[in-house]
Amino acid sequence: MNHTIADTAVHASRAKITMQYKWGISEALFRRLLYFAGLILVVLLAAIFFSLAIASFPALRQFGFSFLIGKTWDPVRGEFGAFAFLVGTLMSSFMALLISTVFSLPVSIFLGEYFRHGNVSTFMKSVIELLAGIPSVIYGFWGLFLLVPLVRALETKLGVAPQGVGIFTSSLVLAVMIIPYASSIGTEVISLVPSDLKEAALSLGATRFEVIRKIVLPYAYSGIFAGILLALGRALGETMAVTMVIGNSNFLPKSIFSPGNTMASIIANEFTEATGSLYLASLIELALVLFIVTTIINISGKLIIRKMSTGK
Amino acid sequence: MGKIETSVHRRIWIDKFFKGLIILLSLGSIVPMLLILFLITKNGISVVNWEFLSQLPKPVGEIGGGISNAILGTLWLILLSFIFSVPLGIFAGIFLSEYRAGRLAYLTSLSIEILQGIPSIVIGIIAYVWVVLPMGSFSALSGGVALGIMMLPVIVMATAETLKLIPDSLREASLALGVSYPRTIMKVILPAGLSGILSGILLGIARVTGETAPLLFTAFGSPFMNQNILKPINSLPLTIFNYATSPYPEWHTLAWGASFVLITFVLGLNLITKLVTKKWKVQF
Amino acid sequence: MNDNLNWFKKYFMRGVKMKKGLKVAVFFSILLGLCSWGFGAEVELIGAGATFPYPLYSKMYDVYHKEHGAKINYQAIGSGGGIRQLTNKTVDFGGSDAIMSDKDLQEAGAPVLHIPTCAGAVVVTYKLAGDPELKFTPDVIADIFLGKIKKWNDARITAMNQGVKPPDTDITVVHRSDGSGTTSIFSSYLSKVSPEWKEKVGAGPSLNWPAGLGGKGNPGVAGLVQQTPGSFGYVELIYALQNKMPYGMIKNKKGNFVKPTIATTSLAANTALPDDMKVDLTDTDAAEGYPISGFTWILVYREQNYANKTEEKAKALVDLLWWMTHEGQKYAEPLHYAPLSKAAVGKAEKLIKSITYKDMPIMK
Repeated sequence: MNHTIADTAVHASRAKITMQYKWGISEALFRRLLYFAGLILVVLLAAIFFSLAIASFPALRQFGFSFLIGKTWDPVRGEFGAFAFLVGTLMSSFMALLISTVFSLPVSIFLGEYFRHGNVSTFMKSVIELLAGIPSVIYGFWGLFLLVPLVRALETKLGVAPQGVGIFTSSLVLAVMIIPYASSIGTEVISLVPSDLKEAALSLGATRFEVIRKIVLPYAYSGIFAGILLALGRALGETMAVTMVIGNSNFLPKSIFSPGNTMASIIANEFTEATGSLYLASLIELALVLFIVTTIINISGKLIIRKMSTGK
Repeated sequence: MGKIETSVHRRIWIDKFFKGLIILLSLGSIVPMLLILFLITKNGISVVNWEFLSQLPKPVGEIGGGISNAILGTLWLILLSFIFSVPLGIFAGIFLSEYRAGRLAYLTSLSIEILQGIPSIVIGIIAYVWVVLPMGSFSALSGGVALGIMMLPVIVMATAETLKLIPDSLREASLALGVSYPRTIMKVILPAGLSGILSGILLGIARVTGETAPLLFTAFGSPFMNQNILKPINSLPLTIFNYATSPYPEWHTLAWGASFVLITFVLGLNLITKLVTKKWKVQF
Repeated sequence: MNDNLNWFKKYFMRGVKMKKGLKVAVFFSILLGLCSWGFGAEVELIGAGATFPYPLYSKMYDVYHKEHGAKINYQAIGSGGGIRQLTNKTVDFGGSDAIMSDKDLQEAGAPVLHIPTCAGAVVVTYKLAGDPELKFTPDVIADIFLGKIKKWNDARITAMNQGVKPPDTDITVVHRSDGSGTTSIFSSYLSKVSPEWKEKVGAGPSLNWPAGLGGKGNPGVAGLVQQTPGSFGYVELIYALQNKMPYGMIKNKKGNFVKPTIATTSLAANTALPDDMKVDLTDTDAAEGYPISGFTWILVYREQNYANKTEEKAKALVDLLWWMTHEGQKYAEPLHYAPLSKAAVGKAEKLIKSITYKDMPIMK
């Protein structure tokens, strides 16, 4: 057939019209849809923050700042002070961080330095990923049936009240749960250390250990720190596993073996039955504090990572 | 002979010791996981049989009973959270990959990062205030909303990251051929990133399947089989929590069985995600 | 020819689009259909609250579902939870062994009826080698929970338990971590027998406990006590029996050491009953009555026309309550709960008959 240029042009424009049937909406509308999707997310976050703030207003108004330092949580008298839970949260999370770093840092070095490729590396990576995938209620279940008797035996040896449950047990469970988070970023940054730096040191006669100690770790320090921050953020908000093994006492914990409560676990325990709007508002204020604290920690961690990848 | 050689000897020894220590501690971190899997398989596998999977729970103190309503409930919750989070999440992900600079893109990306870090129990409270209270009842719907909010960041980030990796040349080639912008995105770019997006969805599902805290005051739990999303519904993690913290040995046994089912499902999803990523990944 | 091709393309594309639309429509209608599978003729009532009667209710509701078809979904989240959810109108009825306080009633906004379903005993249970049966006096119990008596071989415990030799271990107190009617009953008793307790801690569903671990629900406390050697906690009788845990005999007001049983609980419940059935049975005057007994109630709004509730549902609720206080009572004894006395049933009937829908009594 003889196509003239005009025919082709008409054909092309007809084709374009035909193709508009599917996703026949105009580009402007589509772009607006995309904008809208992004906007919804921002609005969602803002709505979450404001809902929490508004719902906790009665407690904010009543207690003000003393909410955070009040030691008594007494629903009978309407006195709500969150100090015991702040302490419980901080104690369990920081202990968990300490215990997990003993394991997560070696894992990062293992995967970032010694075993970067190959079957061992794949195996280890998969296992760590699996650790992150296990639901928290199963961690709690495992903690309740395996760790609690072990801790009880330990307490009996130490001469402390053999309760089994308590802050220490919950730190153990938390520590295992956050190993993947702390180690994943660490692995990344350690493996990204430029090899010419390492080889320069090695060619000068340093042992592998010395390279790691003097070159790799200082270089990757902020990344490792960011990973730890993210792990901390995760630990602070963990609810189910903690509730099942922490002993549920609203008192200021006296030692690491005492029972206690974290902000998350007290909300889980008492939310469905908070009779009285001040009680409910106080619990929601705890949620607000939790929200703000975890946000600050997570964002700090992410900022550090961002600075690392653009700076270096 | 002398100081230099012994000191080198010592340094080499320290180096070997260090490597051994690292390996030991790394292996030590996988011990808990092996313990968990071992314990659950040992205690749970004997419990799981057809009766267990197909029956409803029995009243307190009676032997037998199953978790059929929990399994179905979990599936319903997955479906609901999928509906709430996937369309919105994919579109927001496309937005982030198409608009890299700009105020809204920055705010959206920041919001996603914050959303991802919010503890699940806080989201449960939000769903209670937004859905349960106005509706006047606990429902699967409110549970789906809570889980949907939790799934959103995962999907948005997976979509955005995957699409960002697709080279601009593909987009520009399609536009140059006269394909409209919406169609380019939906029929050319998106399918190219399918493996990444799919793995994001699967990972999101794996994550919310195991969530309990937000369901405590939204889905509420139920001893019955329920297909009505406006009513309370049971789920596997809720069942495990209730049975594990009870004093009845029969319920503990059921909890092991339910844990086995849950872990198989979650780990299975993770495995499928890996396969999907490998098989369907489009290389550029 | 080109025109024909284009024309064909146009309509084919339309066809494809319609097929996709059809697929979506079919998918959603299946979804909706599945949703309504749950609807059907069966009524579903939602209740929440006390763990105290949970073994009895779960049995009752299982039987009721088989005999009458209605589904009753009761979640044992604690009496505090029952009161709160009823106030929020997210459940049809609440279960509670705590009487609603004036503040609670004010928040509820409308009159709430307390309909008794059975009586039970709160026992003190413990974990000691050999599962001995120990005797306790009220002041000893109060002082243990106040944290003043710290060891099992304290003189005041051994004084009453000559035959047994309590070991030299610490007492680990276990109490409720959630808002509990069981706690209400227990603390009401302790407030009556120990002025120090009344001043320091008081009575109610959620307390500022001076010592100990918290367990969620009766099951949580039972579980903790069972697993912690040297522990001392309080649970409803059936939880101790079902888990084969030992429980103590308590000296009542008349000076007798009483073992908690159905009989002694019924004796304690055999007292003057007010019309609204809001009565506290602790520290009973009955000579052989068990001193830590209590009723458990189902809480409902007197006026059922709220939150778009249908008359059919209100009637289903009334039928359920009538059944629970009549035919359902036969399930109480096998589970070690004390069934309602004739007098109590009489009062319950009056209360049930006063439930209205749009100000008209539902039960004629």
